[in-house]
Amino acid sequence: MGDGTDLWSYLSTEPLWWLTCTLLAYLAADWVSARLRRHPLANPVLIAVCMIALVIQLVGAPYATYFDGAKFIHFLLGPATVALAVPLYSNLPAIRKLAVPMLAALLAGSLTAAGSAVLLSQVLGLPDEVIVSMSPKSTTAPVAIGISEALGGLPSLTAVLVILTGIIGAVAVTPLMNALKVRDWRARGFAVGIAAHGIGTARAFQVSEIAGAFAGIGMALNAILTSILVPIIIALLL
Amino acid sequence: MLGAIALLLSCQLCGEVIARSLALPVPGPVLGLGLLALLFAIRPGVFACVAPVSRTILAHLSLLFVPAGVGVVANLDLLSENWLAVGAVLVVSTLLALLVSVGTFLMVLRLTGDAHG
Repeated sequence: MGDGTDLWSYLSTEPLWWLTCTLLAYLAADWVSARLRRHPLANPVLIAVCMIALVIQLVGAPYATYFDGAKFIHFLLGPATVALAVPLYSNLPAIRKLAVPMLAALLAGSLTAAGSAVLLSQVLGLPDEVIVSMSPKSTTAPVAIGISEALGGLPSLTAVLVILTGIIGAVAVTPLMNALKVRDWRARGFAVGIAAHGIGTARAFQVSEIAGAFAGIGMALNAILTSILVPIIIALLL
Repeated sequence: MLGAIALLLSCQLCGEVIARSLALPVPGPVLGLGLLALLFAIRPGVFACVAPVSRTILAHLSLLFVPAGVGVVANLDLLSENWLAVGAVLVVSTLLALLVSVGTFLMVLRLTGDAHG
């Protein structure tokens, strides 16, 4: 029995265990999502996060230990952002033609995402540090964490709020757009990229390649604009 | 494949160096995205070399958000104290952002002429 405990205490603090857990949880979540024919509620991020959170609570490991292994996957968010140049470039003619509506939607959507988050949080009496952590919620995780840190928010809380926002957007976008009878994949994709960053973009790619490309561009442009807008919004409203 | 990975990382690295040395508000990876797109425009041959690896990464974009998402366990206290308000803000604000974005896009699209896509 002593050997088993030793082995476990070794494994549970090693990156290998948590890295493998993360990959297996994601594969299982993706399988479930595929089996449910990509139903919006069967979001792979949501399912995988719940599975791992359960394992962590069961074995009583601190998040820092988990992240020490999972950070190798987290790191790939950077190269994945760069990789968005591929769908961007292959859809360049369509994008060039739509520069005006895209820029208008970007400005309106980005302001709404950050402004409404701050105003609503104030109305509901959330503490200031939560409001600051909430403000960049619609932009992609690494960017949002940087903004939150610079403004005195809690980076790990921001990461969670960003992921939750992405999941909410990814779950809501298909039923919402269908209900509004919006059939333009470019508009649908671009909106979900602005409101729900990479998780929304991943959802858009599940539905349509064009929606995915526009979502990726919305997400990239919103990352730039949010990093400029949020400090101004916080200075004005908080 | 290795060449493609090296190129993606190099673009990110250049973006990071430029963003930090010029103290730009734009995040490094986003600048890297721009650099890579610029490279495609200058040397179209690069596209075919990077595209397969990039598509593989993007096909599993969801996976990359899992480690940060699990951070929910580190913030359980703060979240459980304010779960109703936080949940309401996230849902309402995200729906508003979706509606305003798609509405603006379609309205301006109609004003500028392109009717169908």
